[in-house]
Amino acid sequence: MAMVQPRSIRTRKLGAHFALAGFVTLVVFPLLLVISISFREGNFATGNLIPERFSLEHWALAFGIPWERPDGSVVQPPFPVLLWLWNSIKVAVVSSLMILLLSTTSAYAFARMRFKGKAPILKGMLIFQMFPAVLSLVALYALFDRLGQLVPWLGINTHGALILASLGAVALHIWTIKGYFESIDGSLEEAAMVDGASTWQAFRHILLPLSVPILMVVFILAFIMSIMEYPMASVLLLDESKLTLAVGAQQYLADHNQRWGDFAAAAVLSGLPITIAFLLCQRWIVGGLTSGGVKG
Amino acid sequence: MYTTNASRGLPRHRSRYPAERYTRWTMRALMAVLVLSTLWLVVAFHLRGQWMFALLFLVLGASLAIVFGKRTLMSHRYVFPALAGMGVFVIFPLIYTVGISFSNYSSSNLLSEERVRAQFLEQTYQAEGVAFDFQLYREGDRIRLYLEAKSGAGLEGARRLISEPLGKAGKGKLAVRPTDAPPPGEALGLREVIANRDRLQALTLETPDGTELSMVGLRSFAPMLPRYQENSDGSLTDLRDGGVLTPDQENGFFVTESGERLTPGWPVAVGLDNYTRIFADPDIRGPFLQIFVWTFVFAGLTVVFTLAVGFVLASLLQWDQLKGKAIYRTLLILPYAVPAFISILIFKGMFNQNYGEINLILENLFGIRPEWFTDPWLARTMLLIVNTWLGYPYMLLLCMGLIQSIPRDLYEASAVDGGGPLVNMFRITLPLILKPLTPLLIAAFAFNFNNFVLIALLTGGSPDILGASTPAGTTDLLVSYTYRIAFQDAGQNFGLAAAIATLIFLLVVGLSLLNLRLPKVKV
Repeated sequence: MAMVQPRSIRTRKLGAHFALAGFVTLVVFPLLLVISISFREGNFATGNLIPERFSLEHWALAFGIPWERPDGSVVQPPFPVLLWLWNSIKVAVVSSLMILLLSTTSAYAFARMRFKGKAPILKGMLIFQMFPAVLSLVALYALFDRLGQLVPWLGINTHGALILASLGAVALHIWTIKGYFESIDGSLEEAAMVDGASTWQAFRHILLPLSVPILMVVFILAFIMSIMEYPMASVLLLDESKLTLAVGAQQYLADHNQRWGDFAAAAVLSGLPITIAFLLCQRWIVGGLTSGGVKG
Repeated sequence: MYTTNASRGLPRHRSRYPAERYTRWTMRALMAVLVLSTLWLVVAFHLRGQWMFALLFLVLGASLAIVFGKRTLMSHRYVFPALAGMGVFVIFPLIYTVGISFSNYSSSNLLSEERVRAQFLEQTYQAEGVAFDFQLYREGDRIRLYLEAKSGAGLEGARRLISEPLGKAGKGKLAVRPTDAPPPGEALGLREVIANRDRLQALTLETPDGTELSMVGLRSFAPMLPRYQENSDGSLTDLRDGGVLTPDQENGFFVTESGERLTPGWPVAVGLDNYTRIFADPDIRGPFLQIFVWTFVFAGLTVVFTLAVGFVLASLLQWDQLKGKAIYRTLLILPYAVPAFISILIFKGMFNQNYGEINLILENLFGIRPEWFTDPWLARTMLLIVNTWLGYPYMLLLCMGLIQSIPRDLYEASAVDGGGPLVNMFRITLPLILKPLTPLLIAAFAFNFNNFVLIALLTGGSPDILGASTPAGTTDLLVSYTYRIAFQDAGQNFGLAAAIATLIFLLVVGLSLLNLRLPKVKV
């Protein structure tokens, strides 16, 4: 705690608050605006942040309910938002569970075992994680195209392909879990093994129950990453009914037909849960993102 | 750290517990199924002539069998699944991309040579001089076709043909046989023919001799003959005019005697062609260099701007005297918490030139309506503004973590010597956090270098560069340029896209090697 204080501290404090508040307003403005727009009537309405002509039209359409305007015309929902959201969640849950399974077992080996090639494998994983999937899209497209000719549920335009393709991005999670495992004292497992437990049993019955918090965090992290995944989904998915939210949402703002109001409602509906989940777990997410200098 | 080697290499006894025995057997059965299914994939890919994929799954299946078959490789069993995932979906695509960059794989050279040959052999042409008028006759709720030769002898001595009744799902082949007279009843009018046109067009009529007839007009069917005949040396003879098509293995096309290429072709190795095109073809080199420079500028400026904003905010938030820091912090990292694909689209709407909120405000205040999406420089400015909004929270969090580790006495000493906040910021804080921050800044640079989602969702690369022979935009980054060459427009040129991707790989390797040599800190 600094003991020596300059005299002008009061004005400076006021200035700092003023600057911060101004900046926060600037940053939060787009988000508030979208919430406001989602309640405005029509797709191009302008106005104050608090809508003058309140309407639930866009929200009804986002939930897939046809909306009857006061003049009697019925508006059909333009896009199946809930279906897209469901697709996103489906893909995200399955792929996060698989990622969790893969990364937990390998993190255990990296944290507790000694085997040939451990250090190079760990380092190599980090380097390969630097290559964005966008660059190998051609190859991934070809892979799933060919695979789909033999195994239809793994071809182009299937969720199976999207889930499988996400399994490459495990290095980050392995590092996160490995760090947590290393912070747990190994003597419990040693004791179990002295009593005759196998390696697997020590892992399954001693270490795993102790690591539930980090597993939750990694699951949520993988879940959020999967929901936000865009490039792979944009290439692998074709039909409107198969799209995930990240790929589908842009259709609201297509060049020739911009549905600003409908988009706003869909964006708030789908973005809010993810935002809240992120804020709740931000402490671990930030730690995971900065370790090893890799940003997801 | 200690090592568990308890169950490695020791003889394992038959377990006393039935449950455990079943688990073991289940595991073994599962492994056997997995190995067998990869082997099936290997054989299937091999039979289709796709040796790259056959090799991939051979390696995968073999390593699976070895790792789970040998008891001494116990530890590797835990690592194997993750490594296999990375191998198949990160490392293999990487190698394959480099491989594609030496080929002419594209939408015109997509199928394998066998498939292209098969496609040519399937082509048919209408034999000259022989054509049949047709009429539809109703029979119960089904329809028969009655054909009568327009002139001459008709086909195989038969001038009149009658078909089997056309089923409801009328598709594929339908047998016809010679007949002497039209079937009883009235022929249906043209209206019915038009109503059934799609079904009739999909129909192939087959005479007892195997000649096939297809619909060639609203009133007539004609025999279709195979157009190409395969010769023993691999060339094809065009039966219509007697010309010979020879397969050109250098370019992957069948060529006629006059040197004309016929599509579709098949992928062949073209050596360094794609790379020389990037650097020699002026229509590609110009846009490529422009995009290359812009990619560096974009990534560099993004890092500078986000760092500047994040650093200033972090310094403010570290000030002990300030109240309400937690609220500010939460509000300030909001842009990081909102999914990027949503916030980018929000900005796309806000920057809209006609009714976007930003132009409304600017017009009310200054009377201007900047054309954010049609002017190249304004579009670039917009990208930087949006990306700074998206990216500064990351820098803020990093800086806050690092500033916390600076000893407080330094500021104390500075205060004693009369240093103000600016002196503190530039003489103490910045120099102390810059060194540990460098690897993270390089990572951020690499990330923004490949910031595909932002470009794809906000501008899509437009406004376009004039005179480019590939789809190229003034706001395109190298990655989005690659993506557009590969997946947009008609000329999907996978080979060229892979060549550019390979160049980006090299740049990323350089960046990560640089990063590995720098010391690491944990925030």
